[in-house]
Amino acid sequence: MRPTSLLRSSTFRLALIYMALFSVSNFILLGFIYWSTASYMARQTDATIEAEITGLAEHYKTGELPGLTNLIRERLARKPAGSAVYLLTDARYNPIVGNLLHWPTVRKSVGGWVNFGLEYQGWRGRELHRVRARRFLLHGRFHLLVGRDIHELERNQHLIAETLTWGLVITFVLALIGGTLTSRSMVRRIDAINQTSRDIMSGDLSRRIPTNRTGDEFDVLSDNLNRMLDQIESLMRSVRRVSDNIAHDLRTPLARLRNHLERLRSRTLAEGSDTAAVEQAIHEADGLLATFSALLRIARVEADHRRERFTLIDLPALVRDVVELYEPLAEEKSQQLTLKLTGGIQVDGDRDLLFQAVANILDNAIKYTPSNGRIQISLDHSSEALLQLIIADSGVGIPPEAREKVLQRFFRLESSRRTPGNGLGLSLVAAVVKLHGIRLRLEDNGPGLRVVMGFPAATQHPADLKRPESHDI
Amino acid sequence: MHILIIEDDAETAAYIAKGLSEAGHSVDQARDGKEGLLMGMGNDYDVLIVDRMLPELDGLSLIKTLRGAKNTTPVLILSALGEVDDRVQGLRSGGDDYLVKPFAFTELLARCEALARRREGEAAETELKVADLEMDLLSRQVKRAGQVLDLQPREFRLLEYLLRHAGQVVTRTMLLEHVWDYHFDPQTNVIDVHISRLRSKIDKQFDRPLLHTVRGAGYCLRAPD
Repeated sequence: MRPTSLLRSSTFRLALIYMALFSVSNFILLGFIYWSTASYMARQTDATIEAEITGLAEHYKTGELPGLTNLIRERLARKPAGSAVYLLTDARYNPIVGNLLHWPTVRKSVGGWVNFGLEYQGWRGRELHRVRARRFLLHGRFHLLVGRDIHELERNQHLIAETLTWGLVITFVLALIGGTLTSRSMVRRIDAINQTSRDIMSGDLSRRIPTNRTGDEFDVLSDNLNRMLDQIESLMRSVRRVSDNIAHDLRTPLARLRNHLERLRSRTLAEGSDTAAVEQAIHEADGLLATFSALLRIARVEADHRRERFTLIDLPALVRDVVELYEPLAEEKSQQLTLKLTGGIQVDGDRDLLFQAVANILDNAIKYTPSNGRIQISLDHSSEALLQLIIADSGVGIPPEAREKVLQRFFRLESSRRTPGNGLGLSLVAAVVKLHGIRLRLEDNGPGLRVVMGFPAATQHPADLKRPESHDI
Repeated sequence: MHILIIEDDAETAAYIAKGLSEAGHSVDQARDGKEGLLMGMGNDYDVLIVDRMLPELDGLSLIKTLRGAKNTTPVLILSALGEVDDRVQGLRSGGDDYLVKPFAFTELLARCEALARRREGEAAETELKVADLEMDLLSRQVKRAGQVLDLQPREFRLLEYLLRHAGQVVTRTMLLEHVWDYHFDPQTNVIDVHISRLRSKIDKQFDRPLLHTVRGAGYCLRAPD
């Protein structure tokens, strides 16, 4: 699968949008968790400090300075040391007791709360720890500082933030992988439907969309489409059958009518009367019979999926035969008919049907090209894979919007209504090329029409391989 | 000519019989395959007209049996099955020509006469002749009144076929099948153009035309009366 088709797929885009939404909500959720945890921990620290200061202040009230210093010493001596920070100084900030060497220099304090850095000589070298503390003035004579080393706390907060960020990244990656996988399987199934639709549009109405037999919504969709195709196919078949039956059933009485007319003519001739009216009637009957047999022939070719009758055909020779047969017609209209053939290429096919197809195309070219026009027939075999028969004329051409329609039965261009014909010639061509797997293209020849028959590579054989050995021993 | 019609459809059989009698031939009829085989073996007919679908014994088996018994009477197969492989199958089983129903009576008549004629003179001829028109098949030269005519290869083959069936009506389909060797329906009467080209070469400078158009049927090359 091409990456572009994946990027263009709506499923993948949907997956991306879903992923973005999911990530944003995840981000908000994790952010909230972080914020609430971190602030709860900070509040907890503040509350502890507050309680301690209140406790120490109480103690100072009852036991004066010695009681307070004793208590602080007692607390500092506690094992393990913990993260508590104490400092009691006199009015001029000379330390009395505590685990700080001097009163910290603080730039800013909010409601007595201060934050400052503290250098430690840890086992990994000097560490800078942050301390959160509260200062308190005891009766205007002593300064008391109670705080907590919040290094641990900050590390925990950092850890939480990191964990949450990784969680976000993992969510993002998983969502991307999941989205790609689901949309790939979706794209693959939709591609299968598209491929089948294209096959059907190119004329193979017997194709059906494959189902997974899991009964999911894609299977339901495929089943519905398949049923719809079945209906279309059976409708088309019945329309065709009706027209074929009409052709078949009317052919016999029409032939009988023609024979009666013939008898009538010989009688009229014997009586010495004018036979013009009977001739005209016979001519009309012949036209109708030709139309019916063309219809039936198309029906047979279309119904015929067997290729048993296929033989190896010398394509240049066949084209030469067609041209030779039609050349006097072109000459009558003073048209310049040129033939360019590369020799020695054989194709698998039905000789009579291929002759018919090429003859019908050339017949049209001569019919719709004005006098003194040009018609070029060429066989292009410039590479191994390419074998094209091109019949180009300088006639009226076919407008692009009608190029599909001219292959339908009885379709005739407004401009060609006055030319004799039954509107079945190109339908027969279409049926024959389909049987042979030939790609038929009608193109603009500026001016005129260019009919290109592209032979499938698989049916070609270099002629010299099949030529019988000519030397005898 | 003595012709046997083996056809189970009474209407078709009567219609063919009437037409052939009117054209001056004597006609016998058989209603099923067995009767037809017995009649065909017991008498010397010029042409057998055999329907493919027959009761008792089908047309193709009838022909095979006939050929197995070294009977070489020319057989024209009539059939509603008109595809090329049906035709090929019919001809392989020993039929000489194949006509698809429905058909124009003139086509049937022309083909019957062509078949009967083939039986008469299938010997390797080296020269064909009608009035003062001569064709030498060895030197591939055509002369009229001693004057050499310059013909294209296809015109030569066309004239050869007409000469071989001189005096008979030859239909456009017969010409397509035998001169061009393709079974197909031309959308335009291309054959007419070829005939008129040939006519301009063999008839134009001469007083009495030899190549005639038979209205509603085809062409006929015949000596002036």
